[in-house]
Amino acid sequence: MSGLRTQAARTSPIADETMQFGSSSDDQVRAQRFRDAALPYLDDVYTLARYLLRDASDAEDAVQECYLRALKHFDSYRGPAMKPWLFAILRNVCRAEFARRTHSSITPADELPETAEQTTPLWSEAQETPETEVLRHRDASAIQRMIAALAEPFKETFVLREIQNLSYREIAEAVGAPVGTVMSRLARARAMLRTAWLAEEEQPK
Amino acid sequence: MTCDEAEILLHALIDGELDAGHVREVENHIATCPHCAAQLGAYRDMQAEIAAADLRFTAPPQLRRRIEAALPQPRIASRRSVLRGFAMGSVVSAMAATGIVAIVLRSDDEQRIESEVVSAHLRSLQAGHLTDVISTDQHTVKPWCNGRLDVAPPVIDLTALGFTLIGGRLDYIDGRAIGAVVYKRRAHIINLFVAQTPNASRSPARTDDVQGFNIRRWRDHGLSFWAVSDISADELTEFSDKFESAMRTNGNS
Ligand SMILES: [Zn+2]
Repeated sequence: MSGLRTQAARTSPIADETMQFGSSSDDQVRAQRFRDAALPYLDDVYTLARYLLRDASDAEDAVQECYLRALKHFDSYRGPAMKPWLFAILRNVCRAEFARRTHSSITPADELPETAEQTTPLWSEAQETPETEVLRHRDASAIQRMIAALAEPFKETFVLREIQNLSYREIAEAVGAPVGTVMSRLARARAMLRTAWLAEEEQPK
Repeated sequence: MTCDEAEILLHALIDGELDAGHVREVENHIATCPHCAAQLGAYRDMQAEIAAADLRFTAPPQLRRRIEAALPQPRIASRRSVLRGFAMGSVVSAMAATGIVAIVLRSDDEQRIESEVVSAHLRSLQAGHLTDVISTDQHTVKPWCNGRLDVAPPVIDLTALGFTLIGGRLDYIDGRAIGAVVYKRRAHIINLFVAQTPNASRSPARTDDVQGFNIRRWRDHGLSFWAVSDISADELTEFSDKFESAMRTNGNS
């Protein structure tokens, strides 16, 4: 029986002419598994793309490219969890395909000079913001604008944590940086956002 | 703990990422440092504001359609490709000769399909709906199925083993025509639904209780089987065991 099982599980060695006309049944099984695993995260991937690229149509193109690449590499996918894996691919797509576009504002984290993150000590920046001042309530679109205006790599770290609810470890996997780096980026991102939030309140609209 | 350390770690604290030891250390520092305590409060407030706002975007429907369109589409296998797919060895060829259904059900949404299986079972119990072909002879049921389905389900007579073959029926599951082989155990009806599945791996039988009926389902040789009845789970297991063993015997002959 076990030999029979193996036989049934393998692809037929006989050339199947249907393959020439497009997808074989193996491809369809794979595509169906991919659909079930990856499509539930479409809104998540699109949300990240909107923050990374801002421009809605750039974001759509990047997400489509991300899913096609993910399908291509689905056979070798062994983890991490599906969401950080898709995010890592999206990030690469944004880097490769959209970094040079003049109308997209992405600054790939990996292209920043090594020292950029460390030049400003966190505490000196944070001390400039009055920590006792209460944040005024802002509507969602105003908060979205402020987040989108954050510099990379702080923005992506912040979005992955606060909007995508990834753990530090998952963020580290998605952006390919150590957890310690994720922690310092997140601290910086929050300090920058709080500064922007308070500054916006000072300017009468 | 210094303020520098605390200012990094307080974020891990509000994100629930700190272990108990570090939580205590940060809290001890906060208790004695008004500056860091204020920072913690400020970032907690900001996090609450962020959490309360809906900052997500929804993928536009056209994007979903574009991605769907770019993926290989599921497609109903032609009779020819099904037979070709099975023509890979004498054992499996023999299987193909005994008849294989040519309906591809998607492997997802098994719960929905199980509930459709129960509905089909209930429909079949209404007067005049049980069988399209009445026969206790598998050699009559099989050709009848052959004429109506692309490829027929394996029809195996288990009468000698306590499950009487009484006929076959064309039914609909998941919006597609599917073969049902009908058995009787005392006064109880067992419907055995058989469909081709794109998943070639064998999956051992398991019993589910759906709306008061027992469903025994298994997968083998690229076929999905659902046996549904109101007989006990033990008896249904006996049925599937006997069916599977008879199918192995048929396949090897
Ligand atoms: Zn302190």
